[in-house]
Amino acid sequence: MQRRNFLVLSGAGLAAASLAACGGSGGSGGGESSSEVEVFTWWAQGSEKAGLDALVAQFEKDYPDLTFVNASVAGGAGSAAKDMLQSRLQAGDPPDTFQAHAGLELADYIDAGQLEDVSDLYEEYGLTDAFPDDLVTLLTLDDQIYSVPSNIHRSNVVWTNVAVLEAAGIDPSVVPADVEAFIADVEKAAASGVTGLSIGTTWTQVNLLEAVLMADLGSESYNGLWTGETDWSGGDVTTALEHFGALIELTNTDRDGLDWTDATQMQIDGEAAYSIMGDWAVASFQQADLKDGEDFGYFPLSGGEAIFGFLADSFTLPVGAPNPDGAKAWLDTISSQEGQVGFSLAKGSIPARTDVDTEEFPAYQQTAIESYAQDAICPSLAHGAATPVAWLNDVSDATSKFTTGASDVAGFQEELATIAESNASA
Amino acid sequence: MKKLVGHYGAPLLMILPSILLIGIFVYGLLGVNFWTSMTDNHSAAQASGRKPVAFVGLTNYIELLLTEDFRHSLANLVLFTVTFLVGAMAMGFLWAWLLERPLRGGRLFQTIYLFPMAVSFVASGVVWRWLLNSNQGENASGLNRLFQMVGLDFLQNPWWNNITFGIVAIALPAIWQLSGYVMALFLAGFRGVPDELREAARMDGASEWQVYRMVIFPQLTPVLMSAIVIIAHMSLKSFDLIMSISSAAAYQTKVPAVDMFLFKSGFDYANSAAVGAFLLIIIAFLIVPYLVQQHRSRTR
Repeated sequence: MQRRNFLVLSGAGLAAASLAACGGSGGSGGGESSSEVEVFTWWAQGSEKAGLDALVAQFEKDYPDLTFVNASVAGGAGSAAKDMLQSRLQAGDPPDTFQAHAGLELADYIDAGQLEDVSDLYEEYGLTDAFPDDLVTLLTLDDQIYSVPSNIHRSNVVWTNVAVLEAAGIDPSVVPADVEAFIADVEKAAASGVTGLSIGTTWTQVNLLEAVLMADLGSESYNGLWTGETDWSGGDVTTALEHFGALIELTNTDRDGLDWTDATQMQIDGEAAYSIMGDWAVASFQQADLKDGEDFGYFPLSGGEAIFGFLADSFTLPVGAPNPDGAKAWLDTISSQEGQVGFSLAKGSIPARTDVDTEEFPAYQQTAIESYAQDAICPSLAHGAATPVAWLNDVSDATSKFTTGASDVAGFQEELATIAESNASA
Repeated sequence: MKKLVGHYGAPLLMILPSILLIGIFVYGLLGVNFWTSMTDNHSAAQASGRKPVAFVGLTNYIELLLTEDFRHSLANLVLFTVTFLVGAMAMGFLWAWLLERPLRGGRLFQTIYLFPMAVSFVASGVVWRWLLNSNQGENASGLNRLFQMVGLDFLQNPWWNNITFGIVAIALPAIWQLSGYVMALFLAGFRGVPDELREAARMDGASEWQVYRMVIFPQLTPVLMSAIVIIAHMSLKSFDLIMSISSAAAYQTKVPAVDMFLFKSGFDYANSAAVGAFLLIIIAFLIVPYLVQQHRSRTR
């Protein structure tokens, strides 16, 4: 009797659940009002959320009859969102537009046939002239363009705590001429009793690795690493990896447990002298009320050549988007002068367009805008501009292995070379 | 025939939905997973069906076993499971044994010990990430700082940042969370031993130790088996705990579940499925003997 009751109940439960499931899918399928634009990002908090809000405000002004639907997914510096996005694209349920790092990170989506070519929009919105040629070249894959950048970030910036440097007897206004001079300064700072270089978990270590590679190799050789023109087993790479190892020796030992914000906080608290992080770190210093030039300083890590470590947030038009016109409207807003300025002011980045009024921008962004126009541009490894995801994953693994001490410089270099070989042929 | 339908028809109809659902969503998808793991589906284009996928047999399995990194993950998994299992068993059993005898405030301790299980791995991972901070000396925080304050400096260590034994440190929070559960299992086992049996043994002149060894422990074997199976399969599912203390790319705490996640995020579905199959095979090694034993004891 009891068992029969149980069976009846569980059967009823299943029936109810399947009914609910039908109702659920019917409901979401029914909501096809063409005025909704679902925008998928990982901008869920902090300065990133502020930037998104600025874009939304502009979007509502530009297209009052369209409704913005926020599909942002928080967590893991975008990894949670990318994972969710991958499932949705695979299931044929794409958002109207989604955020992605411009560059080769898009290659996987393109290979999978999940992105529409948006080159036409570049003509229509007059973006080809507004964006610098270098950028358009980086965005073009096989003569087609698959994304529209909303802003530009710089990845290879050294941040300094001026007071800590002065206490260690380092002149904060002197920019080290090359990586070796920089290492000497970090050593000097570490000798004064603080952490020389503060750093966080694996991706921030990869960010450091790419900055050192850019500075030591120069823009041409560095870019060649990703096209196969530069030999990963070469002597100059060895030097760069040795420099990287020397810098890791001078970092905090709890690095693997920290995020980039924790590493920057160590500087703000005066516990660390230097850090190398993308230019979104400037927002942290500003929020802590530190004064540009007086309390904190910055310079690009350089081996002589002026290099701009490039990454860009961009938006795409997925194949099968429910509301492609809405998505195009969104791409129009984020690429417009007002959209780019509003977003970058809030997020701490710089506009990708070269034809905007830059006077409003704070001091750091002014310098970044200037270098962006002049310097050699190198795509960022840690932020998906230089390689597809699988290659970056492999490099991250190898870097983590090296920084925990499971491999030495020779082993690290051999692994990087193997990774480059297997991924270039894939 | 009519009799058979009359007898089994209604019950069969009732459980048919669950048979179908489990058939498709558990066993069907297991099949898909094994199939994927034996193909060369290593790229985004193949994952979305734009490029053909070929059958390659056990190549992925062999290649995975040949890479040093995957062997490192497997070694980590073994270390983690052994530490977790032994630790949770020992702690759980000790607590159960102490609380088995009437004790003032015993109920309170039971609740306290059982409570960590109510906390999710992700939430406790965030706290333990701080407790297990690897800084030593001046910058120490978390447990290392505590050791300093009580004068046990020699106990300071890099915790999960040690290359070889780092994963053992992550077993600590796992033990902390599940030994209360093991305690509850053993307490139920202890309570299941009738007092008459103990009394009879004592009447026959058995010492307290002999009562435990000859009368009580043998009756705890089924509890011990279930506890081992539960803890062992929990250890294979500790992905969330490891990820919230460490990160996906951190070499020192890699386990196969993390590899599976990374392969998947790099569009390498074949290798991801192969790692998943490895995990399933490992679990099968643990669970099948248990199921056989259960079946025997039930049909005996």
